[in-house]
Amino acid sequence: MPLAPPITDIELLKSHPALARLLSSIGAAVQNAKFDRDELTIWIDKSSIREACAILRDDADCPFNYLADLTCVDWYPSEPRFEVVYHLLSIPKKERVRLKARLDGSSPAIESVTSVWPSANHYEREVFDLFGVRFTGHPNLKRIMMPDDWEGHPLRKDYPVEGYR
Amino acid sequence: MSPTSASLAQSDQDRTVVLNMGPQHPSTHGVLRLVLEIDGETIVRLRPEIGYLHTGIEKTCEAKFYQQVVPLTDRIDYLCPLTNNLAYCLAVEKLLGLEIPPKAQWMRVLMNELTRINSHLVWLGTHAMDLGAFTVLLYCFREREDVLRLFEMVSGQRMMTSYFRIGGLALEPPLGFFEHVKKFADSFTSKVDEYEGLLTGNPIFLMRTKGVARLSAEDAVALGACGPTLRGSGVDIDLRRDVPYTGYENFKFKVPVQTEGDVFARYICRVQELRESIGIVQQALAGMPEGPVKADAPKVVLPDREKMKTQMEALIYHFKIITEGFTVPAGEVYQGVESPRGEMGYYVVSDGTAKPYRVHMRGPSYANLQTVAKMCEGCLIADVVAAVGSIDIVLGDIDR
Repeated sequence: MPLAPPITDIELLKSHPALARLLSSIGAAVQNAKFDRDELTIWIDKSSIREACAILRDDADCPFNYLADLTCVDWYPSEPRFEVVYHLLSIPKKERVRLKARLDGSSPAIESVTSVWPSANHYEREVFDLFGVRFTGHPNLKRIMMPDDWEGHPLRKDYPVEGYR
Repeated sequence: MSPTSASLAQSDQDRTVVLNMGPQHPSTHGVLRLVLEIDGETIVRLRPEIGYLHTGIEKTCEAKFYQQVVPLTDRIDYLCPLTNNLAYCLAVEKLLGLEIPPKAQWMRVLMNELTRINSHLVWLGTHAMDLGAFTVLLYCFREREDVLRLFEMVSGQRMMTSYFRIGGLALEPPLGFFEHVKKFADSFTSKVDEYEGLLTGNPIFLMRTKGVARLSAEDAVALGACGPTLRGSGVDIDLRRDVPYTGYENFKFKVPVQTEGDVFARYICRVQELRESIGIVQQALAGMPEGPVKADAPKVVLPDREKMKTQMEALIYHFKIITEGFTVPAGEVYQGVESPRGEMGYYVVSDGTAKPYRVHMRGPSYANLQTVAKMCEGCLIADVVAAVGSIDIVLGDIDR
């Protein structure tokens, strides 16, 4: 089965409940959207990510009430360097959507979504620990995997696989 | 009154004591450290400390070819290696747009359910032992041995099987394999009755589990619980039924849901899942299609040994895959599967080269661990053991 080309036209994707909801409420913050391999990705302006998550969680028709995963991708050396990735699942409707926010490499920081989903707590700590992305408003932003006195953030692309010697 | 005793008498804020449980503790099932703040015997606050088993598998994946990541995935959740293999292979196959032959899909379902039985047996044995019922462990490990022998038959390995590969299976199942599975499946239901006979009506077990470590449905969803922990709190979701993958839509099974949200509810969910899993195994055996077990994609799937000896192209493809890997079109995929512990998700990002740009594992144990603190508030220390056992964590899956 050959791969279908991705759809990037927002107009064609409006039928998806998550995108429709976001466009109607905070349309200015929606930067981009892509439908590829049966998965919808929406790029959100980093300053509106918490708001976008709260809107999707409380949507009456298709509540994306479950944060399935939160992680980060480092696109070093290109800028904006980091992409924080949120995978949401709607338990009542069994729909999935992926939100992304782009961050600069110089001092990456984004608003925490722990006030929307308490489950984001450990995921954000993990991203902070391994990528060095700060989450403002996080209740306990400490390293979680690495020792507290560790130097560097191992999952960054400029961190050697063998570690610093 | 001396100054010391006066301050002791007033020191209301000093009523609580901080107690370390783990990382070396038999009932933390690995190297989990729980920091308990206790008031007498009651838990005021609980904080899990993790990272003792962090091996940086996600970083290692970025330095390997796509096919070399498969054995790494075994080592994440080491009680259900085949589920890890499946999630990763499905994600890469989705990136490649690869179609998997029906026999491989049915074998994947069959092996996946055997893995679930294997994992649930370890959980049931250790959980019961934590609560003082030692016999159950011996019974469970007796049947687990049969499952491990089946794994050994198909893959040559008891635990780190790496049996699912990108594009299908590593090998054809050997002669006589299905008869062995059938023999196991036919006898297993009576074994589950045996376990239930030891536990379900046992007054000691009931006192240790009923009403203990409750988690409401709202808290379970908000804290990201998944699998039997979520279903034990009355949230009806099972990815096998709701977001079918690898041909689960062809199978009929019930999803056990309990509403109490306590340790006993999670126990009932898992024990009933054992029965449903054996039903799926029997359906898979009855309807097992004939045909190849590898996709027809010579640039991705290693050729059969026989072809390599007779066909030049097969030899070239083999050499190319081993030395250079295969390129995967740029893109990203999140593949969630229902592991014995809940939603296991693999997020794979490709930049068009032969090595994954990023592999992230969403471990079900990592998600479930966050619920322990909520569950244990106001419980006794002994109940922490029951609570930690009831969410069935695997530290390899948490720390990665």
